[in-house]
Amino acid sequence: MTYDLIVIGGGPAGLASGLSAFEEGVNKVLIIERDVEVGGILNQCIHNGFGLHTFKEELTGPEYAQKYIDMIKETDIEIKLNTMVMKIDDEKNVHILNSEDGYKVIKGRSIILAMGCRERTRGAISIPGSRPAGVLTAGTAQKYVNMLGEKVGNKALILGSGDIGLIMARRLSLEGTEVLGVVELMEHSNGLTRNIVQCLDDYDIPLYLSHTVTNIIGDNRLEKVIISKVDENKKPIEGTEKEFDVDTLLLSVGLIPENDLINDMDIDFDNRTKGVVVNESMETSVEGIFSCGNALHVHDLVDFVSTEAKEAGRSVAKYLGVDKKEVGKKEIILKNGVGLTYTVPQKINVDKVEKIVGVMFRVNKIYENVKIVIESNGKKIKEYNRDHMLPAEMEKIILTKDMLEQCNEEIEIKVTDMEV
Amino acid sequence: MEKVICTVCPKGCHMKVEIEEKKVEGNSCKRGEIYGLAEVVTPIRVITSTIDIKGGQFKKIPVKTLEAVEKGLNFKIIEEMKKIKVKSPIKCGTVVIENILGTGVDVVVTRDM
Ligand SMILES: Cc1cc2nc3c(=O)[nH]c(=O)nc-3n(C[C@H](O)[C@H](O)[C@H](O)COP(=O)(O)OP(=O)(O)OC[C@H]3O[C@@H](n4cnc5c(N)ncnc54)[C@H](O)[C@@H]3O)c2cc1C
Ligand code: SF4
Repeated sequence: MTYDLIVIGGGPAGLASGLSAFEEGVNKVLIIERDVEVGGILNQCIHNGFGLHTFKEELTGPEYAQKYIDMIKETDIEIKLNTMVMKIDDEKNVHILNSEDGYKVIKGRSIILAMGCRERTRGAISIPGSRPAGVLTAGTAQKYVNMLGEKVGNKALILGSGDIGLIMARRLSLEGTEVLGVVELMEHSNGLTRNIVQCLDDYDIPLYLSHTVTNIIGDNRLEKVIISKVDENKKPIEGTEKEFDVDTLLLSVGLIPENDLINDMDIDFDNRTKGVVVNESMETSVEGIFSCGNALHVHDLVDFVSTEAKEAGRSVAKYLGVDKKEVGKKEIILKNGVGLTYTVPQKINVDKVEKIVGVMFRVNKIYENVKIVIESNGKKIKEYNRDHMLPAEMEKIILTKDMLEQCNEEIEIKVTDMEV
Repeated sequence: MEKVICTVCPKGCHMKVEIEEKKVEGNSCKRGEIYGLAEVVTPIRVITSTIDIKGGQFKKIPVKTLEAVEKGLNFKIIEEMKKIKVKSPIKCGTVVIENILGTGVDVVVTRDM
């Protein structure tokens, strides 16, 4: 069985990329999803706030997913549910496993990696103390409460003030679990202001900044959590302990792209993003394999996932297209200069750019009234003013073909003060 | 005078709102002023939750108030939502409670199931 395109993962990235490839004329498209339904993580994000960019209206997560599901129903795109992709080999054969077909190998002329991300667990941040029940990730709790209708506990504390932690603070409060506080290691929250106001302030939930969990107590079920203030080096300060009698601790301590699948593949990987390296077409170092969504780099807004995925789908169509005219190999490497932690894409093949390329990146701390400067060969190509940037929010700039043609083989993007 | 953090855009301006004189300070743009006044007079929110579903793929199906309602009504609205049960199949957007608590706002399911 050969498909023109096999998409791995049926979350918003997989759905939007498959759809866009189909719309651009790719005929045989297959989306493979290990879960019982497509929609990915959106199915459990029942709150609203999605889609302002893509659909110009405020939707809940499931509604956003439903829009794509409805659009896909109108096409000939095939979807395989309850199917786990085990391996991709050198011939672009996709090895799948499900109860219907057993172990099966299908061939893709092109592949999109859209496996999403997973949450960091307790092991990833090594919290001391015992290991009782009642300590779980915020996303797992979200699934229990919103889809399975189970109460996670009576009294809870949340570690990590990213958006998922904040959203769950409100959700648990509404479902009758008392939330005693949200604990954050940094001196600022990683969540959107909107979520601080609507999820914590509205429910009088205190936010403990510059604090961390220093002990977990309980035999079978969690009984107590101790938190302490931390110093500038993030070391707990003795004597600042606070005790909370809680039976539940939610961890919202970050997301990591889910890329186990490519461990054995010979494909360029970026240790900054924990995803693959891509060029302007979202194409990886292996010809015909593309990536988008949270598997590529963690996004905070699904709207940006959809935009990126659409681009990946279009690139697949171009890649498979009949008039594959020979393109030059002028490749520009994007370097993150002062203030940036990464860029996606990591490289650009200028000849493949039609008019513009969007470059996404994150900054390493909060910046007010600064400039983003784009330089090549020590020459300033362009600058943009920004009055506010923070690590929790992905930034995006547009590079035009004109700008790229002025560059040599490297572009540096950095943050500088206004005055300079 | 009341302190309000603007949530209209990610900048999150800290504002002071003087309700009698309809004066807002600390906002960086007009949208902040409008939000600040509304937030002090009647803060409103869209309320989302889940309700029971029979015969569906999951035990719960998500719902929302079709428009923002007075935020103080949140717990009461969740109580009302808990009282109802729907049957699969149901289409996204189906009204499951009309005019909840006399607010004039309907509650709809937010996916097919
Ligand atoms: C707990 C949580 C809450 C979030 N809340 C919000 C929010 O409130 N608002 C917001 O804008 N964003 C939120 N996000 C970010 C969110 O991840 C993105 O908005 C978006 O869902 C990412 O889309 P995706 O398709 O890349 O990943 P996902 O939605 O994670 O989809 C990936 C899909 O791939 C499947 N898959 C993975 N590996 C395989 C395999 N080997 N074989 C077959 N299938 C596979 C998975 O089952 C999954 O369905 C949240 C993320 C998480 C983890
Ligand atoms: S006042 Fe204007 S700039 Fe400030 S947060 Fe509100 S919308 Fe943004």
